Amino acid sequence: MTQSPLLLSVDNLATHFFSQEGILEAVDGVSFDIHAGEALGIAGESGCGKSVTAQSILRIVPKNGKIVMGEISLFQNGESVDLVQLDDRGQEIRQIRGGEIAMVFQEPMAAFSMVYTIGNQITEVIRLHQDCSQNEARDRAIEMLRRVGMPKPEQTIDAYPFALSGGMRQRAMIAMALSCHPALLIADEPTTAVDVTIQAQVLELMKDLQRDMGMALIVITHDLAVISELCDRVMIMYLGKDVESAPADVIFRDPKHPYTIGLLRSVPELGEGHSQELDPISGSVPSPYRRPSGCPFHPRCPEFIPDVCDVHLPPQIELAGGHRVRCHLYVQD
Amino acid sequence: MWSFILRRILLMVPTLFVVSVISFVIIEAPPGDFMDSYVNALLQEQEAVDPAEIESLRKRYGLDAPTYVRYFRWLGNIMQGNLGRSLEWNQPVSKLVADRLPWSLAISVASFFLAYAIAIPIGLYSATRQYSLGDYFFTLIGFIGLATPNFLLALLILWYYFVATGNVAVGLFSDEYLIAPWSFAKFIDLLKHLWLPALVVGTAGTAGLIRVMRANLLDELERPYVMVARSKGLSEGKLLVKYPFRIAMNPVASTIGWTLPTLVNGELLASLVLGLPTIAPLFVGALLSQDMFLAGSVVMILSTLTLVGTLLSDIVLAWLDPRIRGAI
Repeated sequence: MTQSPLLLSVDNLATHFFSQEGILEAVDGVSFDIHAGEALGIAGESGCGKSVTAQSILRIVPKNGKIVMGEISLFQNGESVDLVQLDDRGQEIRQIRGGEIAMVFQEPMAAFSMVYTIGNQITEVIRLHQDCSQNEARDRAIEMLRRVGMPKPEQTIDAYPFALSGGMRQRAMIAMALSCHPALLIADEPTTAVDVTIQAQVLELMKDLQRDMGMALIVITHDLAVISELCDRVMIMYLGKDVESAPADVIFRDPKHPYTIGLLRSVPELGEGHSQELDPISGSVPSPYRRPSGCPFHPRCPEFIPDVCDVHLPPQIELAGGHRVRCHLYVQD
Repeated sequence: MWSFILRRILLMVPTLFVVSVISFVIIEAPPGDFMDSYVNALLQEQEAVDPAEIESLRKRYGLDAPTYVRYFRWLGNIMQGNLGRSLEWNQPVSKLVADRLPWSLAISVASFFLAYAIAIPIGLYSATRQYSLGDYFFTLIGFIGLATPNFLLALLILWYYFVATGNVAVGLFSDEYLIAPWSFAKFIDLLKHLWLPALVVGTAGTAGLIRVMRANLLDELERPYVMVARSKGLSEGKLLVKYPFRIAMNPVASTIGWTLPTLVNGELLASLVLGLPTIAPLFVGALLSQDMFLAGSVVMILSTLTLVGTLLSDIVLAWLDPRIRGAI
């Protein structure tokens, strides 16, 4: 497979939240690349900084949050822009939001405003980024709703979000995000808030749309099954750090970081031959305000090396085949 | 939407009936009737009182009938548009009320618009710039506004106005327009006088509204749909007005209903201080002298205004939020 051009490069990104309780290092030195048409999965437990990474890319980090370090380079038409340097209320970033990079949010119930029809909210983004009349925008919105499998899109477009089911709302959300044909779609827990039966449909839909529209995809999830379904590459995050990243087939076959290994073991498997014995990771995620010294995972790590892991932050080790891991068990060859 | 409005209007009918019962009971609650206070007034002025004459007066005005009979008689008259006769003023209630109600309404409406025109932009500003210098400034001013009794404010403004211009800002018209027929110049003169009572009556309400607006908007700004709107590339200003502002207006709009009667309450002291020919001083006088037709009519009119206000606020709410249209 020939490598498609680089679309987005995140380099050593750190986003911290400043509050009275202290500084919360939500994202603390994360790097990854996405090529055009590629699907990257970002996985980790809640609070590991997955969503804040996505919000940092779009520069929509909630107030009190600030990108303190790093670069986010977006490549378009042979030129690159560092999104970190843009004014977060400025014209430039607003053209990228919803246009170049769009986002699907976790809670379709809360993500739509209940006081406008979904048609209103979808045509709004179309008219913002595309030069067209209200009627054309409406036609495009109906077309997009049909494409995401919304039943009777000509009527549903005038429905209020509270009148739709969870699955339909999530479809409308996806239609809204895709309506301006973004080069990159970020899906933040796209299936968490919908029923299991709908989950499969939504995943199937996103896979098809990604292939048809040739866009890149970042899927943020705590559900490794979602990643195995959708992604080419996986990045595992723990307490704001990218502890491991590798092609999806490699990470499921040959995980390196003890956290990744633990994460994979703690997934229940269904089917014959598997006794239901779960192997959860011991302990729980420490308070983000009291981040452990050295490797953030060392208090829970079965491979803990005294005087090494709790002292030194492990550097990123490049292994063969695009596999990167931050762990003292491995050495750079 | 239309069926919503129609249903709300139909619901007003039984409410008004209940209101009429309550009004009547409240007015009847103090012991004695108008004749007793009339006798007292006569005795105080050392005048002779003929018990037979009082009894015949009582009979003539129907004050001797049982309570429920008087209630239905009163209600029946109101239904025919006859508000009765004020015993104290010896004039038809409708004339007394018609003379004063427009001024009360003018002051209420003016202070209502003044309050919203001041409170909404300041609330917006304070919420979007929480903990800024400006926010603290308006918070301080707001609390001062809430804490200042409005008659005191009226006195202070009167005094400053007098020191600054040498005029006394009393009444609703300048002397030359007082009995002049309506003209554009008279209207302008009214507006020149109206701002003062409107400001006095509206201050506390304005300060309260600023707090409500700020708190609501702060809540709404944290909602996921705001981040979604931002992720679509909307500019901060457009986004604010289209999404969180509309929701934050909801509790503000629902206060429209009781703004009208509270303004009439608030107007009383201001009217006394500023010498305004409004309904509030008339109402207090009627209650003191147990002039039941007048007092009852005023209560009924204020209650009706409250219901109309509530209807208006319900309509605004239904317009703001489609989820409300289906309810009730």
